[in-house]
Amino acid sequence: MITRRDFLKKSVITAAGVALPLAAFEVLDPKKLMAQEAADTKNGTRWAFVVDTYKCVGCGLCVKACKLENEVPYDTSVTRTWVERYVITKDGKTHADTPKGGRDGFTTSKISLGMSEEAAPKDMMAKPETKPTEKFEDIDPNDITKAFFVPKLCNQCDNPPCVQVCPVGATYQTPDGVVLVDRTWCIGCGYCIMGCPYGVRFFHPVYHTAEKCTFCYHRITKGLKTACVQACPFGARQIGNLKDPNDPVTKIIMTERVSVLKAEYGTKPQVFYIGLDKEVR
Amino acid sequence: MLAHGELWTVKELFVYPNEFIYWSIQIVMYPFMTGLVAGAFVLSSLYHVFGIKQLKDMARFALVFSFALLPIAPLPILLHLQSPFRGINVMMTPHFTSAIAAFGIVFFSYGAIVASEIWFLYRKHIVDSALKLREKKDKTLVDQFWYLIFCTLTLGSYDVSEEALHTDEKIVKILAGVGIPVACFLHGYAGFIFGSVKANALWMTPLMPVIFIMSAIVSGIALCMLTYILTMEIKKFLAHRKKAALGVFHSEAEIKGVEFHVIQMTAKYLIVFMIAAISLELLDMIFRGYTALKSWDVIRSVIYGRDFNDIFILQYGIGNLLPFIMFLMPGLTIRRTVVGTILVLFGVFMMRWNVVIGGQAFSLSFAGYMHYHMPIIPTDWETFKEGLFGAVSVGIAPFVLFWFVNKIFPVFIEAPSE
Repeated sequence: MITRRDFLKKSVITAAGVALPLAAFEVLDPKKLMAQEAADTKNGTRWAFVVDTYKCVGCGLCVKACKLENEVPYDTSVTRTWVERYVITKDGKTHADTPKGGRDGFTTSKISLGMSEEAAPKDMMAKPETKPTEKFEDIDPNDITKAFFVPKLCNQCDNPPCVQVCPVGATYQTPDGVVLVDRTWCIGCGYCIMGCPYGVRFFHPVYHTAEKCTFCYHRITKGLKTACVQACPFGARQIGNLKDPNDPVTKIIMTERVSVLKAEYGTKPQVFYIGLDKEVR
Repeated sequence: MLAHGELWTVKELFVYPNEFIYWSIQIVMYPFMTGLVAGAFVLSSLYHVFGIKQLKDMARFALVFSFALLPIAPLPILLHLQSPFRGINVMMTPHFTSAIAAFGIVFFSYGAIVASEIWFLYRKHIVDSALKLREKKDKTLVDQFWYLIFCTLTLGSYDVSEEALHTDEKIVKILAGVGIPVACFLHGYAGFIFGSVKANALWMTPLMPVIFIMSAIVSGIALCMLTYILTMEIKKFLAHRKKAALGVFHSEAEIKGVEFHVIQMTAKYLIVFMIAAISLELLDMIFRGYTALKSWDVIRSVIYGRDFNDIFILQYGIGNLLPFIMFLMPGLTIRRTVVGTILVLFGVFMMRWNVVIGGQAFSLSFAGYMHYHMPIIPTDWETFKEGLFGAVSVGIAPFVLFWFVNKIFPVFIEAPSE
């Protein structure tokens, strides 16, 4: 009869014997294979964006187009892209706002100050509709030294902190550099929203999963422009392939002086700005 | 249609459109609850590993309480998730560059350690109970139920010889020793979740895990003291009413004596860990002010301005300084200890609040602020789970669980046989 000792001994030997030849096979990473294939066929793609702030007039058509194209509920305050207004006055103060993400354009000279805490409901039981109304500051045009608009969107970072912190791997970077979210796998913990220094992420009000700008991945991979680029009447936004030296976007980045937002976080953002001011947040 | 977080966030000045208080009350509860688990365990280990005899009674109590707290620790995160039913994905596809991904592994390995330590500690009790019930003639349905439970819990091992019990003791010591770093890791990593968020200027500091561990131990000890006093007071009350010996203890006076001795000893350790926790927190704050990075302007306006009451009055004043003086004053009484421990628990809760909510009180633009108005009256599922009622439920749950666990692993059994 086989003893326990013998049984264990033989099991270990069998297991080791089976495991050894298995080690001879190289484990293939499907992602690597696909990237290899893509690199061979398309000579590589790295999507990048250029924003020329001199050209932006703050009409908000890009925000509108984005919301409609990507089915982000039109009347919610969250948005994949937005436009900020900066007004710098003679006293050196910077006034900035982005009412409704700049969706309806900047039609008034009044700068939004948000909700004032003094006017906030004293008791916490107050319903949201009793929340204080928005306050505004009217700035005398004669006091303004400079003013400009800055469109914002996901920077599709080379070193994306949002991808790093996702506990389930529901957000990932495609081989061509765009960060996407898998709506079927996101658990909605909000860690990626917290991890993004640019505040581009939010919870989709309908799907309740993390949501972000995708550079309109469904369009650009079919040779179309993003919705915001197409909607911009002034050519302030451009998208292109960094790995193509003849791409107009690549040419701008190679030959002109461009800067990025919040470089100090080490995220290596891939949205490049022309005419960025030091006051831009 | 409101975006998530819009309901309880009031924005002021320049805040990006997608910014809200996304991590609300449940994320305050999460480090608070895990802190209590870890703290209670460290307290029990002080006796088992370092042989601090004075803590013997407290050690058993703390271990069982830690066990009761354990299943509640992940509850707040689960309630906070936008898709709670997908929570299991963390175990299925853990993405290990994320601090949260390790939760399943850390939590379950820690749970295994606590469970096995309790098993070894209570093995004699389990075997005794099982044998007693087996011998009992005409068992009622309830007896049958308990017999089944204790029989299962023996795991087939009925050896309670002197030698076997000695081995048990050894194993408990080893498990308690291994448990300390794991408990610290469980909570230190809760601190890491915050400390590693580079986008958040208030959270990002390597001190965060250590600060969290120290305040965790403080809160764990305080809660154990408080619950211990409560159980002893109930026993005292029952002894008084029945005018008879109750369980382990023989008289009201004896209960009083034991209770007071244990509390006095534990209070000393509470003070030591409080000093460590506060020193680290102050170091962090001084360092921020001294180095004055780009974010300091907005952080300063939050710490010394908007959140001044929450931080300096409620957290440091009422939650730290006041109980500190109360414990240091000579002639410590039970009544003063109760007030002191409640204040300490409040202080640690406020610390978690000021970290989690305070960290979201300013915009990523450093040019605007966000104010949190916690939903009180629930109007739907979301305002319930991420409001006062959700938080209170999470806070009460461990005590309900403790009541059940205490039925199987009674915290007062080491009785001189009557």
